[in-house]
Amino acid sequence: MSGICVVLEERDGRIGRISWEALAAGKLLAAQSGQPVSAVVIGASTESIANEAATKAVNNVIRVEHPLLAHYTSDGYTIALHQLIEKESPTAVVFPHTYQVRDFAPALAARMNEVLIGDVVAIGEGPVFTRQLLQGRLAGNYRHQGSGPCFVSVQAGAFRADAIESGSAEATNFTPTIDAAQIRTEPGEPFRGSAQTVDLGSAPLIVSVGRGIKEADNLPIVQELATALGAELAASRPICDNGWLPMERQVGSSGQTVSPKLYLAVGISGAIQHLVGMKGSQCIVAINKDPDAPIFEVADYGIVGDLFEVVPALTEAIKAAKG
Amino acid sequence: MKIIVAIKQVPERDAHIRIDSSGKWIEESDVQYAMNESDAYALEEALQLREKHSGEVIVVSAGPERVGTTIREALAKGADRAIHIDCNDLNQRDALGVARLIADAIRPDNADLILTGLQSDDLGYGQTGVILAELLGVPHATLILHVEKTDAGLKVKRELEAGFFQEIELPLPAALTIQSGGNKLRYATLMGIKKAKTKEMRVVTAAALDGAPVAVLDGIAHPKKQRSTQIIPGDAKQAAATLVEKLKFEARIL
Ligand SMILES: Cc1cc2nc3c(=O)[nH]c(=O)nc-3n(C[C@H](O)[C@H](O)[C@H](O)COP(=O)(O)OP(=O)(O)OC[C@H]3O[C@@H](n4cnc5c(N)ncnc54)[C@H](O)[C@@H]3O)c2cc1C
Repeated sequence: MSGICVVLEERDGRIGRISWEALAAGKLLAAQSGQPVSAVVIGASTESIANEAATKAVNNVIRVEHPLLAHYTSDGYTIALHQLIEKESPTAVVFPHTYQVRDFAPALAARMNEVLIGDVVAIGEGPVFTRQLLQGRLAGNYRHQGSGPCFVSVQAGAFRADAIESGSAEATNFTPTIDAAQIRTEPGEPFRGSAQTVDLGSAPLIVSVGRGIKEADNLPIVQELATALGAELAASRPICDNGWLPMERQVGSSGQTVSPKLYLAVGISGAIQHLVGMKGSQCIVAINKDPDAPIFEVADYGIVGDLFEVVPALTEAIKAAKG
Repeated sequence: MKIIVAIKQVPERDAHIRIDSSGKWIEESDVQYAMNESDAYALEEALQLREKHSGEVIVVSAGPERVGTTIREALAKGADRAIHIDCNDLNQRDALGVARLIADAIRPDNADLILTGLQSDDLGYGQTGVILAELLGVPHATLILHVEKTDAGLKVKRELEAGFFQEIELPLPAALTIQSGGNKLRYATLMGIKKAKTKEMRVVTAAALDGAPVAVLDGIAHPKKQRSTQIIPGDAKQAAATLVEKLKFEARIL
């Protein structure tokens, strides 16, 4: 066994940012153990993403190509990558922790009697893999001790994509053997949810509410704050899951990505799936009763307290400041 | 349709978390427990499918004795019977180890459909459903919001990133991991709670861990603080006034 394989994922015809971050993680593992790094691209025709990958400092690019890989399916990707890994026998396989990777990598690892160490936020000497527990309230340190390759996926934003030097790698082809009958699911084309009537992406000020609000009947207190500020109202997932606010106001990995001048998070814990949608905001303010809530990790200003006291007081203070 | 729902009992969201003396898990005596959120949605989906197409809903849960309360809750909401995999070292097993326990316990039932939540709120591996599918040799789909039965099997709505969705068709038997928000959750009725006491809850003992897991949880810690947030002191009124000042003159936003 030798070498590190990093499986890159295409996003709108290009390699997505989180895949470069996975590559950075792969290079870190490689540096720890003095091993070469291969970038793996997969699909029915991979020429353009293979060319993109080849501009980075990797030892080679492997193009896994087959007509049955034109659309992502768990079966297709698992079969193809399993064959590649058997042939290459790498010590580690690194993925970006995307919804697609969540869908097949656990099965791929299990097929080889291995376990994906998923959603990793840091890699230390050893290697020791750190991942979040209890929605970011604790961190767990993991070690791999299987006999096969170590499967790892990395969380968005955890590794530095811009740290990768450029290079000029050679590409090789790998053609897996796949039979159409082995692909048991039939995927449809991606589509958007119902028409969007609010564009949170261009709102300069956002007040966002989370489960700390407890009941739909309490929403007016944050609505009043938003009105006083002249801000749009947004929410974390549970608020939209409950139907208290429409889905289109959800911020996060499955909702909208926003980067306003001010993002004021009220009763939101700061789970990673929420943070990816708002951490690019210019100024983040968090109001939360739990001083250890992960939201305070990304906030510029924080008030530790009961939102039912703090929010009305803030609404008054803003009204007073505006005269 | 015979549907199996795998549910997990996890610490309640507001639970006060302390690391225990082993440094490998939390002090359990401090904590109240609840049904994992996306598992509750998986159960709801199963109950609705049974109401439409008839059949049976069986819940399975691995964990120590205390998970019995979460199993009873599922039975009170309408599940027909339950399997409790009695296991005191769940946190030391990796995702493959736990999926193997569940696969062994449910294999004899030959279910048409296996549902799990998409991820647990404590360990957050998000892998159990996918590995179960692999171990049982059935197709799967993840992050599912709606399930519709068709002549050929199922048509499901899958959540993608950034507000996109996708439909997927797959034959039965199959495994799905359910995302939160697809349905409205029901409450247990008094009648349901009463009935739950008479429903079958079969306890099976988990096979002992054979050898060490592949992914070893060596220790847990409080996350390293990376950023220094300015925490604004004072009571609500003072803090609010200070914040407005800071937003005006320091951050220059207002
Ligand atoms: C695949 C996937 C996709 C997801 N997509 C998204 C997404 O797009 N967007 C999203 O937001 N989430 C998403 N989630 C869910 C995410 O993991 C979290 O569960 C969710 O963000 C939690 O929302 P919350 O912070 O409002 O609730 P909680 O985590 O329950 O936090 C509530 C917070 O309120 C505080 N609080 C309670 N009472 C008070 C009070 N009186 N005063 C002040 N503070 C109080 C608590 O201390 C706590 O920090 C996704 C999850 C998965 C697995």
